[in-house]
Amino acid sequence: MSILAYLEQAADSVDEISLQTLTLAQSFAAGDAVAAVVACDKLSQAAPVAAGAHGVAAVHCAEDPVFATHAPLAAARAVVAALSASGADVVLGPGTESGNEVLAHVAAILDAPFAANCISVERAGGDVRVTRVRFGGSLLEEAAVHGAPVVLSVQPHAVAATSGGGGSATVMPLPVELGEPDRALRVVDRVEAPAGGVSLADAKLVVTGGRGVGSPEGFAPVEELAALLGGAVGCSRAVTIAGWRPHTDQVGQTGTKVAPDLYIACGVSGATQHMAGCKGAKKILAVNTDREASIMQNADYAVVGDLHEVLPAISAELRRVRGD
Amino acid sequence: MRALVCVKRVPLTGGRILLTDDAMSLDTRHLGFTISPHEECGVEEAVRLVEANGGESVALCLGPAEAIEQLRETMALGIDRAIHLVTGEDEWDPQSVAAAIVEAIRADEAEHGPFDLVFFGNEAADSGNYQVGIRVAHALSRPVATGLKGVAVEGATVRCEREVGAGRDVYSLSVPAVVTVKEGLNFPRFPSVPAKLRAQKKPVVTFEPSRPDARMQKLRLVHPEGEAKQAEILGEGAAAAARVVEVLQELGVAR
Repeated sequence: MSILAYLEQAADSVDEISLQTLTLAQSFAAGDAVAAVVACDKLSQAAPVAAGAHGVAAVHCAEDPVFATHAPLAAARAVVAALSASGADVVLGPGTESGNEVLAHVAAILDAPFAANCISVERAGGDVRVTRVRFGGSLLEEAAVHGAPVVLSVQPHAVAATSGGGGSATVMPLPVELGEPDRALRVVDRVEAPAGGVSLADAKLVVTGGRGVGSPEGFAPVEELAALLGGAVGCSRAVTIAGWRPHTDQVGQTGTKVAPDLYIACGVSGATQHMAGCKGAKKILAVNTDREASIMQNADYAVVGDLHEVLPAISAELRRVRGD
Repeated sequence: MRALVCVKRVPLTGGRILLTDDAMSLDTRHLGFTISPHEECGVEEAVRLVEANGGESVALCLGPAEAIEQLRETMALGIDRAIHLVTGEDEWDPQSVAAAIVEAIRADEAEHGPFDLVFFGNEAADSGNYQVGIRVAHALSRPVATGLKGVAVEGATVRCEREVGAGRDVYSLSVPAVVTVKEGLNFPRFPSVPAKLRAQKKPVVTFEPSRPDARMQKLRLVHPEGEAKQAEILGEGAAAAARVVEVLQELGVAR
């Protein structure tokens, strides 16, 4: 049976997470054909080239003005149409917020099972065997999924996208009949955030304060160190619940996911809820009074001590070596 | 205004997740339980909507007998009454959960009239299946927007805001609708002691839904590889500062 991959477009080509999806689809297909489906306003010239390089023979392309902005239900109709055009029994897509949304619509339309955020996929008898992410990545679940079709999404950054060097994929126009409700569910307006400051999600360095900071005012040394290092300030969920910082500062499973070069966690215990948000950090430095805190098993470096003494000392030392 | 909020009972995991011997569930002997965080904001939003517009707010939970604790929690936060779909201790697959919720909504609406809004969390904190709200919306032929941090009812439509990049995408749905929300939508209140006492007296109806065959069947839970490491201790207290700055320089983050 063949496999269908749902691809999201970005920056005039195929989005990186969708290319990762294609890499997992190739290994899952084990030689079977992989077709792709794109729902877009206008197909970029680079998309079939990128899809072909990642092993796709044919791209089913639904072009419609409704796809100029995110239109999840209409995109799901395109995936359903491509499933019947390609004869595929499994559809995989990117486990992004938008990808999971579209795929859940597909599963609902077809009354098919949907396994979200898979890190591995294989066939086992008539079933599809998956390993998927739980608790934002703190735990994995192995599951057997049965039915035809089976809908799957791929956890971002679980596999690296590798190009096989194939030629450009053939583009096949995909007719999709869209009803009024399909077209109605789309972005109708956009509110831009006021510019300024370092965005937490994109920061190369994050200094985070947890319950151990003790008060809203207690964040002064956290802010000072972040400013000296050109980084962003984060906080744990305990801090948000206490009302010390806004939710926009929260790092964690239900807050912002960060991926800095260095993550400095001060007075943070290291609950799974928090670690799910900073797993992407290259290195973690913990500052904590408790050497048995969970964060010590998740950090690369640690200072045992009170952040209210340690952070000002680090800031002072930084100023000293810089000759400020 | 009639608002329904669907909540899930999830364990408060703390620092380390321990599994049962059969690896099919979490060892929860030493854990507390809570409402999944996104849904807590759904509860707050439903309560505020009814406070502002009048009407009725209802909470629904599919889960074991103990999930009554989470339903009482929602009623302490201001929800008027609750529907408990009582299951065994085993977790249900998301397709079966959605089917049971649809049946319960249809039964409640047949008696009390349609819900203007049905709230879900964007995804459950434990299983993270990203689909129950969307399945329910399809079964009820209602529009659905997901991942919302802004929900505002404006006459016969609901304005929905979702954070994307540095801004927000806006959707407009006709009511009745289904919305799935995220933490940060609002700042949930803390229940007062009188509110907790009142919650004990609020009505709860229970059903025992029949469980269909799961098409996504959990085989076992496993810990991710390479989890536990031990941090290199750079020093204690303020005296560690010099060594910390050396490490910052080695990592190329101290400009």
